[in-house]
Amino acid sequence: MEINSIANGIVIDHIRAGFGLKVLEYLKIDKGLGSVAIIMNAVSEKHGRKDLIKLENVENVDVDVLGLIDHNATVIYIKNDGIVKKAKLSLPEKVTNVILCKNPRCVTSVEAVPHVFHLADASGKYRCEYCDNMVKSQ
Amino acid sequence: MDLQGRHLVEPLDLSVDEIEWLIDAAGRIVAKPEDYAEACKGKLLATLFYEPSTRTRFSFEAAMLRLGGQVIGFSEPSSSSVSKGESIADTIRTVACYADIAVMRHPKEGSALVASRCADIPVINGGDGGHHHPTQTLTDLMTIKLEKGGFNNITVGMCGDLKFGRTVHSLIRALTRYSGVRFVLISPDELRVPEYVREEVERSGAEFEETRDLREALPELDVLYMTRVQRERFFNEEDYIRLKDSYILDAEKLRSAKQSLMVLHPLPRVNEISADVDADPRAFYFRQAKNGMYIRMALIMALLGSKGV
Repeated sequence: MEINSIANGIVIDHIRAGFGLKVLEYLKIDKGLGSVAIIMNAVSEKHGRKDLIKLENVENVDVDVLGLIDHNATVIYIKNDGIVKKAKLSLPEKVTNVILCKNPRCVTSVEAVPHVFHLADASGKYRCEYCDNMVKSQ
Repeated sequence: MDLQGRHLVEPLDLSVDEIEWLIDAAGRIVAKPEDYAEACKGKLLATLFYEPSTRTRFSFEAAMLRLGGQVIGFSEPSSSSVSKGESIADTIRTVACYADIAVMRHPKEGSALVASRCADIPVINGGDGGHHHPTQTLTDLMTIKLEKGGFNNITVGMCGDLKFGRTVHSLIRALTRYSGVRFVLISPDELRVPEYVREEVERSGAEFEETRDLREALPELDVLYMTRVQRERFFNEEDYIRLKDSYILDAEKLRSAKQSLMVLHPLPRVNEISADVDADPRAFYFRQAKNGMYIRMALIMALLGSKGV
């Protein structure tokens, strides 16, 4: 299968197979900007299988959100047909309104406050700022 | 020690030194309460109790009145604009227009943090759901310190509802800062401490074990912190009925305990401590309740920046 390369935009590579759609959903990309291609289950030397997203004419993505969903992914920034930057992701220290607290006893269930989670450990567990409820990011 | 204008949302809002200082200040108030009779004259405490309370509300109100201050507030949300659907943020902002300091109890976890972020007066967490209850912890620490002289190298048993027991979560968090504290966490499987509490203990390096057997754990304990299984925290009445009498401490069980054991309970108790324990010198729970008023007097003075504490 062939997908044309992009002259300007962002390629998100090495997404864990099966997570491409989820990444796209979380990134909330303005689809009016350009073509969006998602390749699922592509062959990968490193991971066996991977997903990959190409975003034409997009200059920035929320790498914090991306790091949360799949911190093994790589973000490649392309300008005038050339790679200008490659960024490896890491788990963000803090995310706002990305993870929603599911604890029915948490104040976020009744009060209009942002859902804020902090990274609790290197395994990707996050802790609700209000009730300390722990969730696994992936 | 300058605590003026600060909030108390969870136990770690106070440093070890600040807690020690508050306990010492409470001791000075116990020794000469008349010296503090006008310490908060002209100041107003707002008590916002969205959940029932006897000890916490009464002890805060008694504390403020004994300091010469005054009290406004509600003891159930139906008697305030909360019943009209007002948010915590709006309620506390309004209250801050009238009062100098506020204490809030609310069934939702994290409610005190929300309130503290909206108020320009000190906000004290009087219990936020099954999460934290830092002023009960001050009471507990004061009671332990008066008897044991400190907190290092003690074995503390926590028994009962460790899942929803906010006093347990706060006391554990506070005690993890002292060296050599060992925790024995005694509960049915369904009411074990939440994951975040277990992780905090692990991260602190404190030794701990989880068990279901109170009788077996008793002989090694220096402090036994009993808790009530709280009906109001269960979504399912059947679960509450099944678990409510999981542990009952009685005189017969106490025979195997150290003579120096302290039995603590944040109160109210239901069945978990038999009345035949009350006369035992190791029963500290009513002394604990009395200490609660004095430590809250010290706290109110400190947060208001009153002179002479």
